Amino acid sequence: MPEEIEIRLLLDAIYLRYHYDFRSYSAASIKRRLTAAKLQMHAETLSALQEKVLREPQVFSRLLQFLTVGVSDMFRDPSFFRSFREQVVPELRTYPSIRVWVAGCSTGEELYSFAILLREEGLLERTTLYATDINPQALHKAEQGLYPIERLQAFTENHQLSGSKCSLSEYYTAAYGSAAFDRSLRKNVVFSDHSLATDSVFAEVQLVSCRNVLIYFDRSLQDRALGLMKDSLCRRGFLGLGSKESLMFSAHAPSFRDFVANERWFQRC
Amino acid sequence: MLAPDLRGLLLACEALVVGASAGAIDALNQILPAVPEAARIPVVVVVHLPANRPSLLADVFAGRCQARVREPVDKEPMTAGSIWFAPPNYHLLIEADRSFAFSTDLPVNFSRPSIDVLFESAADVFGQKLCCIVLTGANDDGAQGASSVRRQGGLVIVQDPKLAEAKQMPSAAISCAKPQIIATLPEIAELIRLVTRAAP
Repeated sequence: MPEEIEIRLLLDAIYLRYHYDFRSYSAASIKRRLTAAKLQMHAETLSALQEKVLREPQVFSRLLQFLTVGVSDMFRDPSFFRSFREQVVPELRTYPSIRVWVAGCSTGEELYSFAILLREEGLLERTTLYATDINPQALHKAEQGLYPIERLQAFTENHQLSGSKCSLSEYYTAAYGSAAFDRSLRKNVVFSDHSLATDSVFAEVQLVSCRNVLIYFDRSLQDRALGLMKDSLCRRGFLGLGSKESLMFSAHAPSFRDFVANERWFQRC
Repeated sequence: MLAPDLRGLLLACEALVVGASAGAIDALNQILPAVPEAARIPVVVVVHLPANRPSLLADVFAGRCQARVREPVDKEPMTAGSIWFAPPNYHLLIEADRSFAFSTDLPVNFSRPSIDVLFESAADVFGQKLCCIVLTGANDDGAQGASSVRRQGGLVIVQDPKLAEAKQMPSAAISCAKPQIIATLPEIAELIRLVTRAAP
């Protein structure tokens, strides 16, 4: 019970001091993340952590890493990317220029997955990708495109399962324990700080991918975020969600129809 | 025989959470069919699974159980009358409004889904009206979670490690959580029948 009060106070403090709004995040997840932060940042209580966060911006910056960073694999859920290739790409091809928004891109695994698939389908040259996140450190990593080499085996397997005919190694060079992804993949990428909780629509796009981000939001914040995506998408534009995310409980459900239902591809009506 | 106070605790439970790892399928086969079709409370099960393929657990057990068996989606209400299986590659949590939540945070005890994550979030929501069961398994997942259930006044049942296919998980839960009940699978099936029995 005191923990619940401390969590509310801390989230209020963060909002008032730094304008990051975690107040409508999923309470169960935020509690786990804050508990982990408290232990690793050697704070006795969340109240003690709050005191430091309020006075020391660098402490907040550390805490932000606990609150936001989601680790994802490239081509996570390969069947999702396979259906992108087989069912969504033929529709995207009909546009002379394409805009794609990867919302909540974190450290960029999802972004590079899309860039690689679009290159393989011959569409990357006429695509602009918007990669947005609220965590500046994560965005910086996404922009660098460096991943520990030991993660590449899983990425490579997923890439194959997504239906690619070439090897993932064509897109990176390995050096000093890292894989550096080809900078030409991000030539048309705009990296930008954007919050689904507090910012508004910034572009009209044909595709939004926002996977395993909404699971961290409560229903009211999910509706806000889905509203932004709905308003950004052109008619017949595509929305891709995570495999356990659903529009079933959202006020915006009537604005979308299933496109590939079991892979969580939706189309704007 | 079940002591009257434990029987009272069991009958007051509003949710049942179950965790299993190595040897899970055989163990669950012996206990989940005890859940009746119109079970009084929801049953949520975490089994450690390989991350990168869809789980067949719901399909496998649907044919063997009277209760409805399914995988939840994000924000779905945790309703009674169903056995809910955690999907692979996500942690499964319970929110205060008794709906399901997911996370892709790092594995806990090398596991995602992790039994600890489910049990700890369920203990926060249900307090003493929660029953958890730790079954066979070859790591320590579930021990911290069971201990949290115990601390908040809930009922902890652990499979007797001597008879478990893999002893480590039930042993760890016993030393960490001091369960009220250590039992064989047929005994656990009876307890499940009691706690989930259809409303009169």
